[in-house]
Amino acid sequence: MPENKLILITGRSTKQGTGISIGKEQEDYQVATSALELSLEDMARYGLKEGDTVKIKSQFGEATVKCRPQKLPEGLAFLAFGPATSHLLGSETHATGMPDSKGFEIELEQVPG
Amino acid sequence: MQFDSVVCAFCGCVCDDIIVTVEDGQITQTKNACVLGKAWFLGHAQHQDISAARIAGQPASLEDAIDEAARILVGAHYPFIYGLSSTSCEAQRQAIALAEAINGTIDCCTSVCHGPSGMAMQGVGEPSCTLGEVKNRADLVVYWGSNPAESHPRHMSRYAVTVKGKFTPNGRKGRTVVLVDVRPTPSARAADIFLQIAPGKDFEVLWALRALVKGQRVEASALEGTGIAFEQITDLAERMKKCRFGVLFVGQGLTQSRGKHMNLTAAFLLANDLNSVTKFALIPMRGHGNVTGVDGVMAWQTGYPFGVNFSRGYPRFNPGEFTMVDVLSRGDADAVMTVASDPYANLPRMVRKRLEDVPLISLDSHESETTRIARVAFTTSTVGVNVGGTVYRMDNIPLPLTKVLASPYPSDEEVLGRLLARVKELES
Repeated sequence: MPENKLILITGRSTKQGTGISIGKEQEDYQVATSALELSLEDMARYGLKEGDTVKIKSQFGEATVKCRPQKLPEGLAFLAFGPATSHLLGSETHATGMPDSKGFEIELEQVPG
Repeated sequence: MQFDSVVCAFCGCVCDDIIVTVEDGQITQTKNACVLGKAWFLGHAQHQDISAARIAGQPASLEDAIDEAARILVGAHYPFIYGLSSTSCEAQRQAIALAEAINGTIDCCTSVCHGPSGMAMQGVGEPSCTLGEVKNRADLVVYWGSNPAESHPRHMSRYAVTVKGKFTPNGRKGRTVVLVDVRPTPSARAADIFLQIAPGKDFEVLWALRALVKGQRVEASALEGTGIAFEQITDLAERMKKCRFGVLFVGQGLTQSRGKHMNLTAAFLLANDLNSVTKFALIPMRGHGNVTGVDGVMAWQTGYPFGVNFSRGYPRFNPGEFTMVDVLSRGDADAVMTVASDPYANLPRMVRKRLEDVPLISLDSHESETTRIARVAFTTSTVGVNVGGTVYRMDNIPLPLTKVLASPYPSDEEVLGRLLARVKELES
């Protein structure tokens, strides 16, 4: 993996799950689905602190999110399913119907704020 | 008023011991529900001020909306129906009949959930069991690519880990729990053994496990780059062989990662292999409340569990050709109907673009990004709260839903049934 790239895992989280029922327009859901989790090492490598805004770029699109530290392996990032992840996914399913939703490369760019 | 033994239809656990309190026409309290179930019961009453039907964003009568939707579907060359994982089997049945009547294509959320598991079990079989058997017998529980602490919060306590059963009287103390995942999720705290696998290396590790279970030689070099040490995998293989009753719960960490259906093929074959030395089963951790049911109803009605095309007048199945992401990304569908699903918010960009470009019909109990862009939007009552019906638990056990609260909105089944009748009128 190139040094400036990360592997993104998308998935479910508790707040994302409750937000589906309580309301996707509610702040809890919006925050839960736009919080990019990074290891402390990667936060330091990118010069980021909790709450910084970053632009995620994948091969297929971009999304702007906030970042926060989490207990993760270095080089791995996590983002809960939601509007941001949908902007990053490609449509190739390799004849399965399932897009590549986990384990694809992303790049980060800090957004001044 | 209090309702006992209510079924929660939010996730694939489909817990049937919920106590719901209704006061002044509102659900005010739930007991036994997890955080996700509680939010589902209490959140059902949103958007009660919107009309039951809208055309182009404007309130319309149900009759006019049904007529408009029927004309869209009948006039399309490639109509597509999608969703259905959060509605009842009775509504699913109507949607499939509608797809057949319009020579359309129908796919369910399974294609972006455990579709790869379905493909694998078609190929190599499904060594399965019920969650009751897990509760009463399992002494080795392996979660692979699944985070039940967040996605299925009661799975461990009600079915698989801490629960005490007939032959598992010691509950948690009598079980070994293994978690295989790419990150230490909150579920890792509940595991005896956490194996942190490298992303995209599941197939390699599962295949090596198969070899070890069969007593074949595996070189340590075969595991290079997988994140798993040779000692760890040999230990797991031995535990799998020596357990009395093992179960492998597989999640989207396998279905959505590189390898997809081949990951699941390896997992099913591993469980098959283990049955030559002990008793072992595999259960996919199904996400939505009735996504298991829609697979069953689709298979019962068409012969196939998802991605079914009726354009030739008989059902054809081909993942990658007749599945949602593929059909819409290619730009094939020229009219789309979604049922109890929000693909505009969740699926890839090319799918979103096509949804913007074609006449869209939506049925949903909640307002969503999908319902907001729909040409015809039906607000329907919530299955399991406002209307009864049948849902299937992740282990294929059917459970009856309870109506605990009246709703001003029609059910999915009613709207789909009336839509089917109108389509037949127009076609004749």
